[in-house]
Amino acid sequence: MLDPVNQAKLIDISGVCRSFPKGSGEDLLVLDNVDLTIQAGEIVGLLGRSGSGKSTLLRIIAGLIRPSSGSAKCRGEIIQGPPNGVAMVFQSFALFPWLTVLQNVELGLEALGVDSAERRKRALAAIDLIGLDGFESAFPKELSGGMRQRVGFARALVVHPDLLLMDEPFSALDVLTAETLRTDLVDLWIEGRLPIKSVLMVTHNIEEAVLMCDRILVFSSNPGRVAAEFKVDLAHPRNRHDAAFRQLVDTLYARMTQRAEPKAPAPEAIPGLGIGMALTHVSSNVLSGLIETLAAPPYNGHADLPVLAGQLQLEADEIFHLGEALQLLRFAQLSEGDLVLTDAGRRFANLDTDARKKLFAEHLIAHVPVAGLIRRVLDERPSHTAPEARFRNELEDYMSEDYADETLKTIVSWGRYAELFAYDDQAEMFSLENPH
Amino acid sequence: MTLQDLRVLPAWREALRPNIWDVVALLLVIGAMVLIVYGGEQTTLPLSTLQVAPVSLDPIHLPAYALRTTLRMLLAIVCSTVFTFVYATLAAKSRRAELVLIPLLDILQSVPILGFLTFTVVFFMNLFPGNLLGAELACVFAIFTSQAWNMTFSMYQSMRNVPKDLDEAAASFHLSGWQRFWRLDVPFAMPGLIWNAMMSMSGGWFFVVASEAITVGNTTVTLPGVGSYVALAIEKQYLVAIGYALLTMLLVILAYDQLLFRPIVAWADKFRFETTASGDAPTSWMLDLFRRTRALRALSRPFAAVNRAFSNLHVALPFRFRTEPRYAPPSRLIDALWFLVIALGTATAAWEAYDYLAGWLGLGDVLAAFGYGLITLLRVIVLIALATLIWVPVGVWIGLRPKLAERVQPLAQFLAAFPANLAFPVFVVMIVRFGLNANIWLSPLMILGTQWYILFNVIAGASAFPSDLREAASSFHLKGWRWWTKAVLPGIFPYYITGAITASGGSWNASIVAEVASWGDTHLSSAGLGAYIAKATEAGDFPRVVLGIAVMCILVTLFNRLLWRPLYAFGERRLRLG
Repeated sequence: MLDPVNQAKLIDISGVCRSFPKGSGEDLLVLDNVDLTIQAGEIVGLLGRSGSGKSTLLRIIAGLIRPSSGSAKCRGEIIQGPPNGVAMVFQSFALFPWLTVLQNVELGLEALGVDSAERRKRALAAIDLIGLDGFESAFPKELSGGMRQRVGFARALVVHPDLLLMDEPFSALDVLTAETLRTDLVDLWIEGRLPIKSVLMVTHNIEEAVLMCDRILVFSSNPGRVAAEFKVDLAHPRNRHDAAFRQLVDTLYARMTQRAEPKAPAPEAIPGLGIGMALTHVSSNVLSGLIETLAAPPYNGHADLPVLAGQLQLEADEIFHLGEALQLLRFAQLSEGDLVLTDAGRRFANLDTDARKKLFAEHLIAHVPVAGLIRRVLDERPSHTAPEARFRNELEDYMSEDYADETLKTIVSWGRYAELFAYDDQAEMFSLENPH
Repeated sequence: MTLQDLRVLPAWREALRPNIWDVVALLLVIGAMVLIVYGGEQTTLPLSTLQVAPVSLDPIHLPAYALRTTLRMLLAIVCSTVFTFVYATLAAKSRRAELVLIPLLDILQSVPILGFLTFTVVFFMNLFPGNLLGAELACVFAIFTSQAWNMTFSMYQSMRNVPKDLDEAAASFHLSGWQRFWRLDVPFAMPGLIWNAMMSMSGGWFFVVASEAITVGNTTVTLPGVGSYVALAIEKQYLVAIGYALLTMLLVILAYDQLLFRPIVAWADKFRFETTASGDAPTSWMLDLFRRTRALRALSRPFAAVNRAFSNLHVALPFRFRTEPRYAPPSRLIDALWFLVIALGTATAAWEAYDYLAGWLGLGDVLAAFGYGLITLLRVIVLIALATLIWVPVGVWIGLRPKLAERVQPLAQFLAAFPANLAFPVFVVMIVRFGLNANIWLSPLMILGTQWYILFNVIAGASAFPSDLREAASSFHLKGWRWWTKAVLPGIFPYYITGAITASGGSWNASIVAEVASWGDTHLSSAGLGAYIAKATEAGDFPRVVLGIAVMCILVTLFNRLLWRPLYAFGERRLRLG
């Protein structure tokens, strides 16, 4: 017998950790001690940067992967494999390209063994609900991205799940299409026409979360933890230009940049990151461009992140990456949702190409430990060459193979721009020799 | 029951009223059925009928022979498909099975198929003593062994590369293992599988000719078919009959292409995994014909329903699907036991083989076989190099002219199916007439059928060469040698390697047929591993057959691992465009 409290809890996650194997053999923790409950009748958003483990958490709830420790329950039962009454919408749509729209929608029902007449009826109803009438016999490749994701929704809704899981469902769509689909979905939800009880969505789009969710959990990265929880009490349909809406978006921006603060508030305090600092690849061209934009009016060295993101047509996640790269190199600082150029950054904006490279090289050596290490090793060795593996192994002591890849790629690209060292991709060797 | 009870719903009556396409399609279907039944009846006759009605060179029998041969190949491709489904699935889904099955497949792929004949003929003949069926099965098996491996590899690779999101969607929508197999794994593997089946079919012709007339020691079985017709024509030195056989083959290959493969390719276009609609889809008049029929389509609806029900069956599969290997860490104890079983099995087999061979053969024999192997290796290398020099420029020239490429492709496909035996007369007569060295001049026979794979692939590579790169090359005045080495050759390299791997593998196999040639009473042979195996087979000398095959396996595997694999990896990593 389940007690009534437990019954109301659709999903109950407590103390869940999840780690993945890392190159060096140890495990990399991506989810650390996460608690989450989902009640009937709410839309919950998991908001966080890429790599914050929010997709992992979603997959744990979907029964696609298991927690390393802690308990994940659906309606009071431990989740072992995809639970009944949970359906998922995928970022990449995940439609079967050889099945028509109708067949794709019927797929989930076939798996449940629903007989063909009932199947057809429910599939047509779902197609109708989601606005796909007339496309029943089309193949996914004949449809636009937005229509494809509608098929994704219809396929999930047709099984009448209690919980609908959405993994960044709008992020592969263009801005206009995504907006239409979001509002359609919210409308159906508030009219109570969706055959579901609750929604859990993963997103890195702050405005999207505020627009749709009743409750937003902000995740911090490395390892993923719930950093904060916000309730959204705004009435539907929400207006993006509403003062309360903007206020919440600004708060969330500030909350999400806050995490980065201990990393580099002041030049002397880079706490314990050293070689193990995972870098996200940002092209040096983009960095230069961003510094120039920041230095020029209207920003004059100081920009509000949501405004900057809007002007540059970037997702919150992308603008964070850029901001953090600049912060790492001490060309700018992130604080409270603002991006502020440092003196070095202002100087950079006014230099010519060669001088920029020089300044970039100085900052790279001074503030990115791996770059300094590579340069030091190359200087010390008589041959002035070193295999990439030498540094990869060291990186993999701290991070997974994927992160080590990304970090090396970043270092190679920045190092080449700064003319600090050369890299031969075929031989996988670093060297000091640039072709003359 | 009155007539009125038989009334069907108006919509159904409309759907059931036949149109002109129905008539054509029905004739085709019935014709195919009659032919299959007729051909099938012939296979269960007692063995003695062969003596009563031996193969005759009269061209009037050729249609019947062609039918028998066609059915054998069809049966073999069906067997290959079933084998592929089971074997590839097992290898892709079970980690422990994979440990054994994939290396085994790698070896099977490099085993000279014609060497198999010796063992399988004896086995199948004993299975149905005194009946033709045994010999038929032996022949089908020989064709099967030439077709199955590359199909299996293709399916295995597809199954391991199912996109992660579809994998998750299948799991999250509770598809059972059986449903998943038919709804996700098979459709995803389909395009690769069909392409490989077509390649296999071309390759199969080579072995049909070799395996319909089998001589193992004292036993000679000649099954009625195009292959034995050719064998007889060679024995009787009857050149006109060779011409008839060639014509028949051409027609059968054409029929296979038009009636079977083209419809399948056109139909399977929907399985191509792509997110955007591509320009021109393959078409087939045959498929269009069946799609335009009305009554036949209406009548086939129940079959579609049955098909759907079949894929929805709740069948428990004997192995667990690995959705997430990390979750349940594999039991080390079972792993250890499994390795022990494999090790013991391998050791036993090795000991058995050694024990058997040691009684008959000494170290000298082994060295001799390796010596012959090296000679054949040299031949393969030289021939591939020559074929490359000739066909790469030709292929590039053709590939850069799309209209021409379209017309040449089917021709190359036919030439790839061309069995070396048919060229015996020309070669033997020339060698004898001009007193040439058989060691050198028989060699081209090895690459006769396989060189086309190089041409095929180079044409494909050149057609796919991006036009912006071509334009860039010409706008920077890249000409002559520089144009080849800087632009075109790197661009087609991955394609060329694919073709060269196929060609070299095929040449090894062909050596068994090509290093010994005969025309009537004239028997020519050149020194080499192929001739070694062929002679041992003819003499019924099993130990030497085993030795020869083993040596060939080792050489082919080493050749692949040390040369082709690294080149292939290099091409995929550095030179793949787009």
